[in-house]
Amino acid sequence: MTAVAGWNEEVAREIVTRLVALDGAMLPILHALQDEFGYVDPAAVPVIAAALNISRAEAHGTISFYHDFRAAPAGRRVVKICRAEACQANGCEGLLDEVRARAGLSPDVPGDDRLTIETVYCLGNCALGPSALVDGELVGRLDADRLIGLCANGSVEDAQVAAGETK
Amino acid sequence: MSVRIFIPKDAAALSVGAESVARRIAEEAMSRGSAVEIVRTGSRGILWLEPLVEVETSIGRCAYGPVAPRDVAGLFDAGFLTGGAHALAHGAVETMDWMIRQNRVTFARVGAIDPVSLDDFRAHGGLAGLERAIAMRGADIVDSLQASGLRGRGGAGFPTWIKWRTALEASADQKYIVCNADEGDSGTFADRMLMEGDPFLLIEGMAIAGLAVGATRGFIYIRSEYPHAFRTMSDAIGVAEKAGVLGGSVLGSGRAFRLEARLGAGAYICGEETSLLESLEGKRGVVRAKPPIPALQGLFGKPTVINNVLSLAAVPSILADSAQAYAEYGVARSRGTLPFQIGGNVKRGGLVELAFGATLRELIEGFGGGTRSGRPIRAVQVGGPLGAYLPANQLDTPLDYEAFAAIGAMLGHGGIVVFDDSVDMAKQARFAFEFCAKESCGKCTPCRIGAVRGVETLDRIVAGVEREKNFAVLDDLNKVMTDASLCAMGGLTPMPVMSALRHFPEDFRRPPQRQAAE
Ligand SMILES: Cc1cc2nc3c(=O)[nH]c(=O)nc-3n(C[C@H](O)[C@H](O)[C@H](O)COP(=O)(O)O)c2cc1C
Ligand code: SF4
Ligand code: FES
Repeated sequence: MTAVAGWNEEVAREIVTRLVALDGAMLPILHALQDEFGYVDPAAVPVIAAALNISRAEAHGTISFYHDFRAAPAGRRVVKICRAEACQANGCEGLLDEVRARAGLSPDVPGDDRLTIETVYCLGNCALGPSALVDGELVGRLDADRLIGLCANGSVEDAQVAAGETK
Repeated sequence: MSVRIFIPKDAAALSVGAESVARRIAEEAMSRGSAVEIVRTGSRGILWLEPLVEVETSIGRCAYGPVAPRDVAGLFDAGFLTGGAHALAHGAVETMDWMIRQNRVTFARVGAIDPVSLDDFRAHGGLAGLERAIAMRGADIVDSLQASGLRGRGGAGFPTWIKWRTALEASADQKYIVCNADEGDSGTFADRMLMEGDPFLLIEGMAIAGLAVGATRGFIYIRSEYPHAFRTMSDAIGVAEKAGVLGGSVLGSGRAFRLEARLGAGAYICGEETSLLESLEGKRGVVRAKPPIPALQGLFGKPTVINNVLSLAAVPSILADSAQAYAEYGVARSRGTLPFQIGGNVKRGGLVELAFGATLRELIEGFGGGTRSGRPIRAVQVGGPLGAYLPANQLDTPLDYEAFAAIGAMLGHGGIVVFDDSVDMAKQARFAFEFCAKESCGKCTPCRIGAVRGVETLDRIVAGVEREKNFAVLDDLNKVMTDASLCAMGGLTPMPVMSALRHFPEDFRRPPQRQAAE
């Protein structure tokens, strides 16, 4: 997924122009920018503010309110790991401790251009946890081996199949 | 004639390999020269058996699961295309214990049909409610809702008809129907499964709401953590527009209703209805003070009905089959059914739609089969992150709004999260504050500051620092948050905290070294 094209002001303007007529266009615009670039560049703030006729401060305040929107590019692999209660009940915190100890990986710390790991709260897969959304695909019944593999750009489909084979 | 094979495309089923299984089955059929037609469906909610494959035979749809790609050749060898015996076979899905013990009303079609086939939807009774509604006056639709006893399924249990009547009686040049599909509560996935498994039902419910109150536009606000649901919902809206179910003249009635799906952006508070409206308008998701209520001044200041996915999805069958039929399910002031969701550390997790009045034990032990780890159940959190933690000795509490309120708990959106005896309840209480601190919209002090103070205070208690004094601080803090918060985010965070403290005091009074060593 996250094809991370570099920031391009012209493309950004096209996206804003295409969506600005929607009622409540802000979130659709931000999602479209992040889909295109993998993040919302600070350079987008004045473009959005002008198009929506709001102040830059207001535009910035809105972007920063939402956990989804990144201010810096994401890695090519994005792992969103669920750390909410049902996944806690299935040991997601112990799983993360193990992954930290074995592979030195933690969520919510600056990654590199290969990998971004983020905390999310519930992916609606609470009966089959611990769960993660990997490049937009849901993976259930994670264990440390599979999570480390996914962080190393391993196959999502293989991890899903392995989850299904876990009793 | 080709054999029809049904394989879920529901995100939970995909998370355990349903896509690979579908591909393997297609390949195997091809190489054996068997004529099959693969239909992708939602999930029946028998999640512990996913990927669950169903084959249409003369005795019904025979279920096999959990199927892994490596099982596929063996299934063909066993003659599963004609319902042959196999270690993974469960007989006809309609006769499975898990299914026959439920009251499937809202979820009747989920898992059975192709979610984006309008023909399938109609063939299984879809659109009957909307057709009825077109012939009714708005006030009569509202009366039917009142007679059904339907209360909001998003958490607060507020009578749906009152909101609708208020919006109906408001006069304005534009009114809106907004569907709250933010489903942020941990342990809940019914909205997601409905949108992925029967999106036309939600569309039908929203169109009925539009006709009832005179709203011509609707929005479905779907959390961004649900990309699959967003895609299915968007596809279904497109199909419904083409077929004239949505648009300038709903089913040829001459009355308009248009619908858009919108994505949230990872903020739990945007499930709160006024925050959601701010977010839809393109602003920070900061909670609004009430009044004015959304039914009078909601989206863009216009009269707006905002309801949860399950509330709106309950409406078509109320109109199609009668309000009385719906109200016959349930107990006391909790009428109808609730799709419960069993998750966490449970052997057989999934979705179970039941009339109100069953007990937690029936769900967790009867359906769920106890913990997945095999250890004793110690705590159950019901109703999401703002819901109470209950001890094992309260499992016989009946599942109805008032019975839960009476024990200092809430049903919320029907999520049930099971924990075994390895859980540390002081940690769970701390998490409740931490979550509130992280997800607070920041508008009011008791919530914004209180949650942070709560984390600090619990840390001191666990570390053994001036315990009694800090228990008193915690108590005060909880009172202030409960009484002085603007919305239920700050107002209910004390519920998981205090219930943990009340039922599991020993976890807060352990010798401090143990925690320090962790
Ligand atoms: C912090 C917070 C989060 C909420 N999250 C949701 C949610 O995700 N989905 C939902 O339907 N209602 C949620 N609610 C409840 C809504 O505010 C509102 O009561 C509901 O959308 C009304 O619809 P209903 O009457 O059909 O239940 C939340 C409330 C609060 C205070
Ligand atoms: S209680 Fe919390 S979330 Fe609710 S309005 Fe106040 S600060 Fe915002
Ligand atoms: S709590 Fe992790 S998916 Fe719901």
